[in-house]
Amino acid sequence: MTRLFFLVLIGAAGHAQPVLDVLKESCVGCHNEKQQAGKLRLDTLAGLTKVVVPGKSAQSLLLERLTTADPKSRMPMGGPALGAAKIEIIRKWVDAGAPGMPAASELAKKHWAYAKAVKPTAPAVKGTVRNAIDAFVLARLEKQGLSFSPEASRETLIRRASLDLTGLPPSPKEVSEFVSDGRPDAYERLVDRLLASPHFGERWARPWLDLARYADTNGYEKDRRRTMFKYRDWVINALNRNMPFDQFTIEQIAGDMLPGATNDQKIATGFHRNTMFNEEGGVDKEEAHFEVLVDRVNTTATVWLGTSLTCTQCHNHKYDPFTQRDYYSMMAFFSGVRKQVQEYGDTSQKFTEPQLDLATADQEKRRAELNAKIAALDKKLKASTPELEAEQAAWEQKTLAAFAEWKTLRPSSVKALHGATLTAGEDGAIVASGQNPQRETYVIEGSLQLDQLSGLRFEVMPHKSLPRNGPGRDIYGNFILSAVHVELNVNGKWEPLEFQRILPDDGRIDDRKNRQLWTVDASRDDVRMPRQLVFALSTPHKLPGATTVRITAEQNSDFVGQSMGHFRVSATGATDPSLVVKPRAKLRPVLEAKARTDAQKRELADFYRSIAPSLNAARSESRQLKGELDRLGIVSALVMGESPGYERPFDFIRARGGFAAKAEKVYASVPASLHPLPEDAMPNRLGLARWLVSKDNPLTARVTINRIWEQYFGRAIVETPEDFGLQGLPPTNPELLDWLATEFMDRGWDMKAMHRLIVTSAAYRQTSRVTPALLQADPYNRLISRGARFRMEAEMIRDATLAASGLLSRKVGGPSVFPPQPPGVWDIPYSDDQWIESTGEDKFRRGLYTFVRRSALYPSMVNFDATSREFCTVKRIRTNTPLQALTTLNDPAFFETAQALAKRMLAEGGESDRGKIELGFRLVAARAPKPVELDRMLSWRAKEAEYFAAHPDEAKKIGGSADGASWTMLANVLLNLDETLTKE
Amino acid sequence: MERWNQITRRHFFGQSAGFGIGSLALPALSNERLLAQQGTHHKPKAKNIIFLFMAGAPSQLDLFDHKPKLNQYDGQPCPEELIKGERFAFIKGVPKLLGTPHSFRKVGGNGLELSNLVPNLATIVDDIAFVKSMHTTQFNHAPAQIFMNTGHQVPVRPSMGSWLTYGLGSENKDLPGFVVLLSGKNAPDGGKSCWSSGFLPSSYQGVEFRRQGDPVLFLSNPEGMTRETRRRSLDLARDLNTAHQADVGDPEIASRISAYELAYKMQMSVPELAEIAGEPKHIHELYGTEPGKNSFANNCLLARRLVERGVRMIQLYHRGWDTHGASNDEDIVNKLTFLCRETDRAAAALIKDLKQRGLLDSTIVVWGGEFGRTPMNEARSGSKFLGRDHHARAFTMWMAGGGLKPGVVVGRTDDVGYNIAEDPVSVHDLHATLLHLMGIDHTKLTFRFQGRDFRLTDVHGELVRKLLA
Repeated sequence: MTRLFFLVLIGAAGHAQPVLDVLKESCVGCHNEKQQAGKLRLDTLAGLTKVVVPGKSAQSLLLERLTTADPKSRMPMGGPALGAAKIEIIRKWVDAGAPGMPAASELAKKHWAYAKAVKPTAPAVKGTVRNAIDAFVLARLEKQGLSFSPEASRETLIRRASLDLTGLPPSPKEVSEFVSDGRPDAYERLVDRLLASPHFGERWARPWLDLARYADTNGYEKDRRRTMFKYRDWVINALNRNMPFDQFTIEQIAGDMLPGATNDQKIATGFHRNTMFNEEGGVDKEEAHFEVLVDRVNTTATVWLGTSLTCTQCHNHKYDPFTQRDYYSMMAFFSGVRKQVQEYGDTSQKFTEPQLDLATADQEKRRAELNAKIAALDKKLKASTPELEAEQAAWEQKTLAAFAEWKTLRPSSVKALHGATLTAGEDGAIVASGQNPQRETYVIEGSLQLDQLSGLRFEVMPHKSLPRNGPGRDIYGNFILSAVHVELNVNGKWEPLEFQRILPDDGRIDDRKNRQLWTVDASRDDVRMPRQLVFALSTPHKLPGATTVRITAEQNSDFVGQSMGHFRVSATGATDPSLVVKPRAKLRPVLEAKARTDAQKRELADFYRSIAPSLNAARSESRQLKGELDRLGIVSALVMGESPGYERPFDFIRARGGFAAKAEKVYASVPASLHPLPEDAMPNRLGLARWLVSKDNPLTARVTINRIWEQYFGRAIVETPEDFGLQGLPPTNPELLDWLATEFMDRGWDMKAMHRLIVTSAAYRQTSRVTPALLQADPYNRLISRGARFRMEAEMIRDATLAASGLLSRKVGGPSVFPPQPPGVWDIPYSDDQWIESTGEDKFRRGLYTFVRRSALYPSMVNFDATSREFCTVKRIRTNTPLQALTTLNDPAFFETAQALAKRMLAEGGESDRGKIELGFRLVAARAPKPVELDRMLSWRAKEAEYFAAHPDEAKKIGGSADGASWTMLANVLLNLDETLTKE
Repeated sequence: MERWNQITRRHFFGQSAGFGIGSLALPALSNERLLAQQGTHHKPKAKNIIFLFMAGAPSQLDLFDHKPKLNQYDGQPCPEELIKGERFAFIKGVPKLLGTPHSFRKVGGNGLELSNLVPNLATIVDDIAFVKSMHTTQFNHAPAQIFMNTGHQVPVRPSMGSWLTYGLGSENKDLPGFVVLLSGKNAPDGGKSCWSSGFLPSSYQGVEFRRQGDPVLFLSNPEGMTRETRRRSLDLARDLNTAHQADVGDPEIASRISAYELAYKMQMSVPELAEIAGEPKHIHELYGTEPGKNSFANNCLLARRLVERGVRMIQLYHRGWDTHGASNDEDIVNKLTFLCRETDRAAAALIKDLKQRGLLDSTIVVWGGEFGRTPMNEARSGSKFLGRDHHARAFTMWMAGGGLKPGVVVGRTDDVGYNIAEDPVSVHDLHATLLHLMGIDHTKLTFRFQGRDFRLTDVHGELVRKLLA
């Protein structure tokens, strides 16, 4: 009960919040349930009443102890005194009578949202009502002495309802049919037609996909693609089929656990596979998995309970009746989801969860054939045969002999140009010492004793004088070669020699942009070994006899002090200088070993088969078949699947929310302060799903209907739709909310029925016209004294403008598409994935089909407040910025729409300018322009045509001819009108 | 039109109780020129802020806060009493102390020591103030960056730039009052929440200038279209919108008309200001700028040009300071050196340039990240590279300009730089001090949202008097 204290304080009076913040920050750390320093708790009302005398700060112990000069008793004990400002906050609050400190009886009252909704009876009102919604809204209005605004015009109504129910504007034909429909139920018929449209599901999928954090990539730094569109299509279809919300919930949370689950029901569970997934190197797989579980708990609580459980990941909720135990008991529902751990590289691991394969019968057949062939080839590639062994022995001989064909250069001179000291030993090896400047250049000269030169080689080796024994000079023993220049002295003149190939036996090569020709990691003990880099000529260079060579080796990468520490140079005239670097550096000791262990033998044989010429054909065929397998284009979906087991799912409380701090084991269970699991429900994910949509749940129906309401009215009944707890705002019309919630359940969670109720209410059908007096009385339209008027959301703006221009493709579903986007948006680190523009109708699909890359969103939609889909988002902010103006004016995608709209006006608008303009205006605003508007456009368009006739070059680029350009510009204006972008 | 402006004002600012000085910023919405200082509570020392945000958190121990004792104990296990009960982002078990691999030297008149990585900073050290005792409550990037910008770790609160433009307006009606410039790898972890206007009207949110193509996305007219043609089209749009507003009465339409007018003005003013090629050669040499490149140096020069044009707050983000040492290109040896090469010269140049133009008196430049780095080596997954984990308990920032005491060093950390030993400065204290210099009492700049008055410093924040000149 004590945890309710803070919320009650807040709920009662907002101005107690700063006081709570000070108490929380400075006092509750020691005066809490556990510590109770001085036997005092300051996180409860009972505790606070001991030290506060309302209205009398001078008599309140709280103030005395905060302000006393005696350091031994001044609070906070042992810490610095509170600042004057904070003390003032408390003093003022106490002197004001400690508002918000409720009577004890109020403490016992349950927060409204956690009490089951009881269906209120519709109040009697003076105005006329179309359905119960209106009675509740009117009751509120009449209390303020207000009533409904008049009904909106037919044109406004059809546009509003079409946008709200399908996300698309009505066609001029639909408008005129509706306007002239004299039947008394014309509007209801319209609503029924729109509810039955396949575009209803698309429009209403959008807010749900924000909740479900649906995206086409994994998120985080790497942000690779995933195949997820089947889930998106499932949502659209479920909404179109009017799947009841309880079933809609159960299938998404636990469709896989339903008896005889269909593929569709499994695809539905993609809801919780939409979590981001961190593939960054070195990420702890357990931590990554924990993050996924955390997101599932938080999202479930937000979407169905309208509750932020995030606080309880680390500690009991300060305001709402939820505990840390509740949190991990909820998490346990998701802990039983099957997962596999894959390890790759030295330090990387990842876990994977189930994926549903959706191959067609043909694909299935072809895949089996390919797999069989690949398996046969792989077997061949792995098998040892006497022939291969003989080949290998010959190769070993040849390679070992190749090493002997290299002659070490005995330097006649070694120099470092920027301060290092180089010393050449008897064996030709050079050691660097002394200063280690950031960048360094070594110059080595010596005599080549060969009749021809085919390759030059650096060998870089560990040395005890170097940091971590080298072979490089940097603090870690690493080195980088940025560039190497080789010159031969021909008759006293230095002539450069170009090498065609650069071949290392380890490390990365050829990052010339970053001046990293050869980069080697030797920071750890297991990779400290000699390495070689061979420069090879494609044809051997004849030498006239002993020839002096000058080698300049630079280190000028951005890395610090990365010169070679111990190295030698050698040269060869052998026909194939690459032989010595064929085996990787790590294999060289194995190759040279006199006696090999079994493991070494296997290692060498495996390597040989990977390069054996006799297996070339098999290798290339295998590669080709694998390519074909990839290109089959088999669709998959990320889904949930439960590990088999008899134990109730469990997890562990994590101390302070850290994934590794496992404390007490807890079993899957629902928050203790809410209704219990239904009798017939198992304590597993399916049970959780049924519990969420149980009629005893006080939250799900309210939370869901509240979100739907917000889509229509721009403002929800509970204006914090993400938080129904004590920190959230109370409903502006509690009876309305409870009536809607109970009606929703009474109607069997029938979503379309609720949409129909709202849309056919008189409240919804009001005009959005506003007068200064009305603005004064109801500035934010909280009371619904008029129709809603607000800017359309990002996707709707795209869809509505494309629809007006006639470009829009109305195809429903399928893989995500790539409409035109400015270059550079996808240039992000750690990825070379490319945005390749879609062609044909996919260029003009509805906004919700645009590929969602979490780290690089489609920019024009971001400008209109689209969400990043990284986490569950309940409410999009709605901004109005110059960047939005620039987008709809200038984005080439939008300008193409303007050009198309102009063509449409010209082609379908009849002969007269008047007719063309009227058509264009009707397409964007669903009404005829008023005379004053029409006149302005007519004269403007005529003048533009004159202007463009005088400026043919500009006209050509904008719209072909002078006439075309003038119409294009008019279309550009039409698509940017406030009315076009606004649901009115 | 005037009547509608009034209504617009009432619409946005109608609930005037506790509204503070924000109502003075109203003309920004109705597109009137707003004079500076109208909204101040006392005489301001500065008019603009340039915040050089070093996203990822620079290592104070390798740049500014020299700890010979730490070098002495290099490689020793960290004393248990320091880390008992502490939570780190990546460190596991008992970490080892890590001395700095860089050398320090005394610079300036106040005995301050700086690392050899910031030689240019050393040349202006007498003009700037250091705070060695910054602390924060957050130790992960995104929340800590959002906290440093908005005074709260969870998105939805307005950022400092938004509060400033809300309180003071902008001095330039053709440019946004709050501009964000990004350089380095990637955007900051906190994303757009770092320059969000939160619950303030969205016209106060930071406008991000892009790194390639148009500085502002879709700034250019469609190919071939002249500015005059655009103007004529906007005239028609304005007339039709105005007519419609008269009909439906929604004040939001006036707001949209303003947004379109500002967009049009930005089409002219932004390219003109973004074009740095015309700056004289000595200026390019001073900053190390290369026109056309996306760099911190170019952004510093751009920041000066924005200040010259009266933009209230300019925030630069340079990302990449997250030197954990998990590999050799994100360690305190190589990566920190690259970053200093990318930023040291230009940051110092900005101070010198502002000073020589007489702008430093009215401009505040702040340099710093979201938190500090540990005195211990992180050694994640047994990494052998040198790096430090996130550290919220103590870090260093520097600042210079209008009203700040030049050459002062505020605060001190303990011998190994783990805890603050003297004069702790919280993020709220920093905010309070910066607002104070701008002429704003941080307790009075408020906005009522969800039933209570909010402010940048919430219920916290004390002036750091030692910083004031």
